[in-house]
Amino acid sequence: MAELLPALRTPRGVVTALLLLLLAVLPLLTQAFDQRYLLSVGTRIVIWSIAAASLNMILGYGGLVSFGHAAFLGIGGYAVGILSAEGFASGWLQWPVAIAVAVAWGTLIGALSLRTRGVYFIMITLAFAQLVYYLSSGLAAYGGDDGLNISRSRFPGLIDLRDKASFYWLCFVLLCATLWFCSRLVHSRFGYVLRGAKSNELRMTALGFPVFRYRLVAFALAGGFGALAGILLANDGAYVSPAMMSWVKSGDLIVIVVLGGIGALFGPLYGAIAFFAVEEFLPPLLNLMHRGWGEYWQIVFGPLLVIIALYARGGLDSLLGRRHG
Amino acid sequence: MPVAGSIRCWVAAMAEPLLQAEALVKRFGGLVATDNVAIDVQPGEIHALIGPNGAGKTTLVSQLTGNLRPDSGTIRFAGRDVTRLPTHARVRLGLARSFQITSVLREFTALDNAALAVQAHDGHSFRFLADIRRDQRLRDLARRNLETVGLGPRAGVLASALSHGEQRQLEIAMALAVAPKLLLLDEPMAGMGIEESQRLVELLRGLKQRCGMLLIEHDMDAVFALADRITVLVYGRAIASGAPDEIRGNAEVRQAYLGEEAS
Repeated sequence: MAELLPALRTPRGVVTALLLLLLAVLPLLTQAFDQRYLLSVGTRIVIWSIAAASLNMILGYGGLVSFGHAAFLGIGGYAVGILSAEGFASGWLQWPVAIAVAVAWGTLIGALSLRTRGVYFIMITLAFAQLVYYLSSGLAAYGGDDGLNISRSRFPGLIDLRDKASFYWLCFVLLCATLWFCSRLVHSRFGYVLRGAKSNELRMTALGFPVFRYRLVAFALAGGFGALAGILLANDGAYVSPAMMSWVKSGDLIVIVVLGGIGALFGPLYGAIAFFAVEEFLPPLLNLMHRGWGEYWQIVFGPLLVIIALYARGGLDSLLGRRHG
Repeated sequence: MPVAGSIRCWVAAMAEPLLQAEALVKRFGGLVATDNVAIDVQPGEIHALIGPNGAGKTTLVSQLTGNLRPDSGTIRFAGRDVTRLPTHARVRLGLARSFQITSVLREFTALDNAALAVQAHDGHSFRFLADIRRDQRLRDLARRNLETVGLGPRAGVLASALSHGEQRQLEIAMALAVAPKLLLLDEPMAGMGIEESQRLVELLRGLKQRCGMLLIEHDMDAVFALADRITVLVYGRAIASGAPDEIRGNAEVRQAYLGEEAS
């Protein structure tokens, strides 16, 4: 706790603390101002922050650009959906199973794709994600292309996920837990090996680190957290569909991580907030300027990303001053 | 030549070499980069490997470290056959390498670099939560290695901000952390000024008691100041091997490589 106090004196610390505080009391605010829609935006921001944080574990710390991360969200979501459709409603069963399946899948495709580098790694992770995507489209018994309406996970006596505010707070607590884990991970032995391998793989191997194994564990771990985000997404809409793991979503996740700041602890949160803020508010803004322009908000968003990629390579995080450690 | 003779007797008297490569062959297409080379290093010995550019020195070292697999031949290290062992497993046995191209982790501080090197030899690193910066034992060992190579005062500096010579010193501090039985030094003096080179020569001489070394180097002053034995590689073949005086006097070597430098 003591080290949190000096952190609060930096601009980054202040902004982050305010953001977290705002997110913590969001349901109270949206209720007070009767803006229920904003709560659903907030829920999505929090869930996608978890997803982006899980991608940040391998992309940010490991330097591995996975272009198939949405597959883990889909696997998490579909595990919940299928179990629910088969009559297993308990979250105590659904959630661990969903995460275990995603970790197993992460281990499997990690073992294959981590043998490649650079653009080949991007392509092979994309290929595996597409495989899962088409597999889910083909699940006629579970809705196929149309997706599947599900009933939300049950945690009897503990929490009712149908209650919007409770569900939001659950997501928020899980986001905090994920970010806490990331903050420990970065400075752990494991995190140092992962970051060292990003910096200079040959050197780490020469030092005696079996780099492949560490990356594989990181990949599986990130898959587990990705599945958590998928579980929450499924419960948010009481609905799963192949669309949640389309390559566009994998791309969105990369955009969020890059936008927030690759490898920055709170980068995924900044990135998700910015991403959804733009997605929600840019179209109406453009419509104000000229009726119908809102449809083309991505024409503005695209160049915005290019500018970030060119001039703010540390993403939004770098606007908050230099990073330490 | 009594000196050379006595060294050879001493070498012959040793039980088993630390490193022994025999009949190594490595081809790249039609090019034979390593042509039936045998080389060994005794404990506590500095064995220098010299040869003109393109002689296949780095190819040879890469096979010794496990980055390249020889087409045929065997490599024994510390009493076991390591020919098919991957790099990291060889490092675990005590075979450490410093690179021809300076290869530190640029985004990490000197201390972090040295600490990672210690960590590599300190059991597995599947520990996800404990803060490494509070691991005093790890930090102390790393700091001691930095001090051994004279980088103590520069511990907190980012590796990318160290001078070329300092990065070389850091490389050696990292190699030391894995408690090596043998150091493979790939052109440690490359790009160094005279003063820096001399400091490194002293440093390596001091380390000789700790571990054997295979030294690849173009700087002949350093080679003749340090080496107990020298092997000359030309076009992938070892054309001569012996004590420094012997090599200096070898006509074939003078013609092929040393040229005017030795005359």
